[in-house]
Amino acid sequence: MSIRRRLLGFFARRPAAGAWALLGPGLLWLLLFFAIPLAVLIGYSVLHRGTYGGVSPGFTLEHYRRFSDPIYLAVAARTLRIALATTGLCLLLGYPVAYVIARAGRWRNALLFLVILPFWTSFLVRTYAMIVLLRTGGVINSVLMGLGVTGAPLDLLYTPGAVVAGLVYGYLPFMILPIYASLERLDLDLLDAAEALGARAWSRFRRVTLPLSLPGVAAGSLLVFIPALGAFLTPDLLGGAKTMMLGNLVQNQFGPARNWPFGSAVSFALMVVVFAGLMVWLRVRDAEGEA
Amino acid sequence: MPELPPIVEFRQVSKSFGEARAVDAVSFAVRPGEFFSLLGPSGCGKTTTLRLLAGFETPDDDGGEVRIDGEVVNRRRPYERRIGMVFQSYALFPHLSVERNVAFGLEEHRIPPTEIPGRVERAPGLVRLAPATYARRKPHQLSGGQRQRVALARALVLEPTILLLDEPLGALDLKLRKEMQLELKTLNRQLGMTFIYVTHDQEEALAMSDRIAVMSAARVAQLGTPAEIYENPRTEFVAQFIGEANLFGGVAGRAGGGAGGLRPILQADGRDLLVPDHPGLREGTEVRIAVRPEWLDLCAPGEVPPGENALPGTVGDVIYLGETMHVVVTLAAGARVRVALRNEGQLLNPLRWTRGDAVMVAWRPEDCQVLEPA
Repeated sequence: MSIRRRLLGFFARRPAAGAWALLGPGLLWLLLFFAIPLAVLIGYSVLHRGTYGGVSPGFTLEHYRRFSDPIYLAVAARTLRIALATTGLCLLLGYPVAYVIARAGRWRNALLFLVILPFWTSFLVRTYAMIVLLRTGGVINSVLMGLGVTGAPLDLLYTPGAVVAGLVYGYLPFMILPIYASLERLDLDLLDAAEALGARAWSRFRRVTLPLSLPGVAAGSLLVFIPALGAFLTPDLLGGAKTMMLGNLVQNQFGPARNWPFGSAVSFALMVVVFAGLMVWLRVRDAEGEA
Repeated sequence: MPELPPIVEFRQVSKSFGEARAVDAVSFAVRPGEFFSLLGPSGCGKTTTLRLLAGFETPDDDGGEVRIDGEVVNRRRPYERRIGMVFQSYALFPHLSVERNVAFGLEEHRIPPTEIPGRVERAPGLVRLAPATYARRKPHQLSGGQRQRVALARALVLEPTILLLDEPLGALDLKLRKEMQLELKTLNRQLGMTFIYVTHDQEEALAMSDRIAVMSAARVAQLGTPAEIYENPRTEFVAQFIGEANLFGGVAGRAGGGAGGLRPILQADGRDLLVPDHPGLREGTEVRIAVRPEWLDLCAPGEVPPGENALPGTVGDVIYLGETMHVVVTLAAGARVRVALRNEGQLLNPLRWTRGDAVMVAWRPEDCQVLEPA
């Protein structure tokens, strides 16, 4: 019997072994590059700070207590505000786009292609392009001044607004694609049925299209909100020193501040908060689904 | 009794999608309270016709008139037409409970909120759906039959004057379908509501309809009662689409060439078939006739009753269908015909024909339908 036949026979007799063989590589990868580093991170967060980076032995919770410092609370609040604004703006801009693409018939694939086109260049390059647009002598200010809308250049760059703009630009496709997927699946008979039952256009949207696209809205919002919470590159380049977010704080602790335990504590706390929020949201959603 | 004015009227209605004509100069009128079916194969334009009536499609600019209650409604939206509609896919709102689905139309029509619960509660009774059991369930928790009942209740609760049904039973299994056919028929009679029913299932259309418009290639091929359509099919298409038909062809002979208003048709092999004379028949032109399997009989050669048409052939397959036995006969001229014989009980009184027997396929001259050229 050939090796191939023996292998096939082995897996045919043991379906569970087949499942493990498929899961194995992925699980191993996650263990090596997610679970173990996470454990290290949690460990670091309760140890003492090493003088030149790293950690020194001894258990402590002082890094978690440092959060009560108003400076860090302000960073956390700003991070939340920026992430929420980014998500909200992505939703406002992305939903109509997804709606049009889902109804675009034969143009659908071409439009989807345009949505993912920005991914073909690096995020860094695109963020630098935003600087060119927003800076004092940049494109937007030149146009505004040229039109006489404003006399002096506006301070656009290095503001929370610039960070939100950069994040929206970067994450918009993550909002559009899941919403598009849920709208595209929508059975058009439902809209006809609603119309035959007396529903005018707005009512059909509010009572049929919108509720049935909510799973896409939820998925898109998570895909934007979570990375926006942890963003560090965009606030670094577009926000300047005044617009520090939690991501920058972490980066800073592992870099110049050389306080690895505090950086670990911030990272882990952020993760716990995101995870807890996600759990609450899933519970609420399932409860609604059963009602 | 004076005839009531039609509740629905199509006058030369056409609808094109790009180059393709989906509905081509279709005309018909539906009487109030009638069970009217649009029957045809897929792509014949029956669903587009229904959607034109519902208001989901608008006729072409020079595409005739759709009238409801005498008024031209070409450009009116569905919600301005007092129609109810039931879809093959049921089209129940998956995110709403049965109760909320039924209430949907009432809410959209601004029925006072105090009235809604009462009407929602009564509606499922119409379609034999126990209200208490299902009210709070979501559509996905129901069976196909239950879903279609909810869809019906949702449409009926608004008391529309016309109920449009687009292949509503297409997704149900045979037994349930038969059951629902009867129920729909009963509902139509009890409520006095006009039902317009789209189907590709000819048996279903025959069983339920007061009248049927048979559609083919974007046009109405024939309009009439089930008996008219089945017994007097006007074209080859109708003859073959509704029920089964054996087709014969030949050249028309001289008028009065047979006794009692019959006219001979000359077959290719030189035999004459007699058919009832028909104003469309002209001597020397091609004629086609349709004969239903149950209009045919089998005789031993030499036992053909006098005055009947008869063609020689050989018995092929014998098909047991319960109520009837179908005998496939290969004619001497090469064509195959189906003969339906009543099943007298194969165990006690078996058929006298078996494969290979030489037989005569015979029928009375008046038992055939002269077809119009397509």
